[in-house]
Amino acid sequence: MTTLDTVPPTTVRGARTARAWRTLTSSRTAVIGLAIVAVHVLIALLAPLLTSYDPIANDADHALLGSSWSHWAGTDQYGRDVLTRVLYGGRYALGISVTATLITVALGTVIGCAAALRGGWFDDVLGRVLDAILSIPAVLALLVVVTALGTGPAVIVLAVAIVYVPQVVRVVRGAALAVVPADYVTAARARGESTWSILRREILPNITDVVCVEFAMRASWVVLLISSLSFLGFGADPPTPDWGLMVAENRTAITVVPMASLAPIIALATLVVGLNLAADGLSKAWGVDRIREGS
Amino acid sequence: MLSFITRRIAAAVGTLFLSSILVFLAVQALPGDVATQILGKDATPDAVAALREKLKLDRPAWERYWDWVWGALHGDFGTSLVSGKAVGGEVSMYLGNSALIAVVTVLFAVTGSIVLGILAGLYRDRWPDHVISTVSLVGMSVPEFVVATVLVLCFSVALPWFPAVVLYGPDASVSQLLPAVWLPALALAVVMAAYIVRMARTSVIDVMATEYVTTARLKGLSTWRVVTRHALPSALLPTLHVIALNVAWLVGGVAVVENVFNYPGIGKLMLSSVQNRDLPTIQAIALISAVVYVVCNLAADLATMALNPRLRTRGRTR
Repeated sequence: MTTLDTVPPTTVRGARTARAWRTLTSSRTAVIGLAIVAVHVLIALLAPLLTSYDPIANDADHALLGSSWSHWAGTDQYGRDVLTRVLYGGRYALGISVTATLITVALGTVIGCAAALRGGWFDDVLGRVLDAILSIPAVLALLVVVTALGTGPAVIVLAVAIVYVPQVVRVVRGAALAVVPADYVTAARARGESTWSILRREILPNITDVVCVEFAMRASWVVLLISSLSFLGFGADPPTPDWGLMVAENRTAITVVPMASLAPIIALATLVVGLNLAADGLSKAWGVDRIREGS
Repeated sequence: MLSFITRRIAAAVGTLFLSSILVFLAVQALPGDVATQILGKDATPDAVAALREKLKLDRPAWERYWDWVWGALHGDFGTSLVSGKAVGGEVSMYLGNSALIAVVTVLFAVTGSIVLGILAGLYRDRWPDHVISTVSLVGMSVPEFVVATVLVLCFSVALPWFPAVVLYGPDASVSQLLPAVWLPALALAVVMAAYIVRMARTSVIDVMATEYVTTARLKGLSTWRVVTRHALPSALLPTLHVIALNVAWLVGGVAVVENVFNYPGIGKLMLSSVQNRDLPTIQAIALISAVVYVVCNLAADLATMALNPRLRTRGRTR
């Protein structure tokens, strides 16, 4: 008995993490998805080691070349090596997307949990405001924010947060509502614990799976949205190597050098497929019903 | 049931009211004085003041908000700062062109994805399911501009069947625009269908596992009849909601796709008015898309209620 009572909390948490990890690795989909994402992260980090070309230096003598041994994916209209730009492009896409998704999911989780926990008028008013934000098209909201504040990475992160926080709040609120009636939450309330401490110690550990799945799925949406923004000319500024921007730049020369458009498309698609597979695999392995969560 | 409908409509109106405030505030937050912007930096202070008065910028924000909403309710969205024409007429012209794309998109997406979703659900975990699920995963994972670019490469460059860009202005007739509608609609439909296929597949699998389907099969009904009587309606139901939720996304997707094809629709107008800071036009587009979104969701809710007897008797959804 005494040994059971004195089990330190870290061990409990350790066992829990280990179990979550086991179920995760048993899902082939999740492993493949996470592996694809990991490869993308590695490539983005190691880009300078993988290629000797400069991603933004112009070389007019070697413009619009096809595939060859020195330029595997050819060159674009300014003579820049396409493969190099694709390898470096992951830095912008991943950097901005991961930051934006982290902030969005963190904000959404806190607001969603608070809404579920407090209920009452706070929940009602919040629901109405979120509905109103959701009714405005994401791309339009994003464009207005970017025009108002200029195109910097910080602005794009903020804009994405404004657009996607309402959807995260909905999902997390739904998941938290299932936890709030539990006895241990009532007990914590009766002990007089603060909202923040109940949120952190009782609710959050029980919805970690939902939040993780939400993170993976939201990240895939954010990558798509940011690349669309770059494509429209409101995201990354030239000559930054970015996949959306590369497609926009090389689209006109698609008949001459199709690889210059196809290479960034393949990179973008594989990253998002990886994120979607991870989200699917995680939700299946952990039994998170995404359709019922309202995403 | 009547009280449910009234409550649902009241909530929709409330949401619209809030979104109109948000739209107004967000657009007002755009930096730079509009009057200075129109007249240029060299304008005399008198001229700027006169224009501010003409544009009613000297009045408090809530008064301008009220004027705007009142006008919008009567179909008057003000005059465009760029073209000087009435915003209402201009927006509706572009909107009509986009509606052409939207209708074709929804038709493509819904019919295609319901058929594929039911197939995938019926052949669960066998090769048709694997193929359809993989294709829909890829469809979800590529942005609209990529699908559009690939379609141009296939059906305008390699096989010159459809035009790659539209050369007409916003006042083009339907017959002029019709050849150019298919590729943009297909690009949007691929992305939209990817979501619906997954939804339809899950609901078909759920339905096929129910006892009444087993009963129907034991009665000796053919698979075709079981599918049309049980699987199809249940697959349609969640699809309604996906379509309604996708309407807001569709406006954004349309902006990207229309930009690829140079199609004179609402998305193109949206981009150019953001670039030119044409505030009345931005406000009008945002408000109209909010109305479309809210009305579609309302319609989907009411249709769900009409199709699902259990919800009809329950007081409120969720």
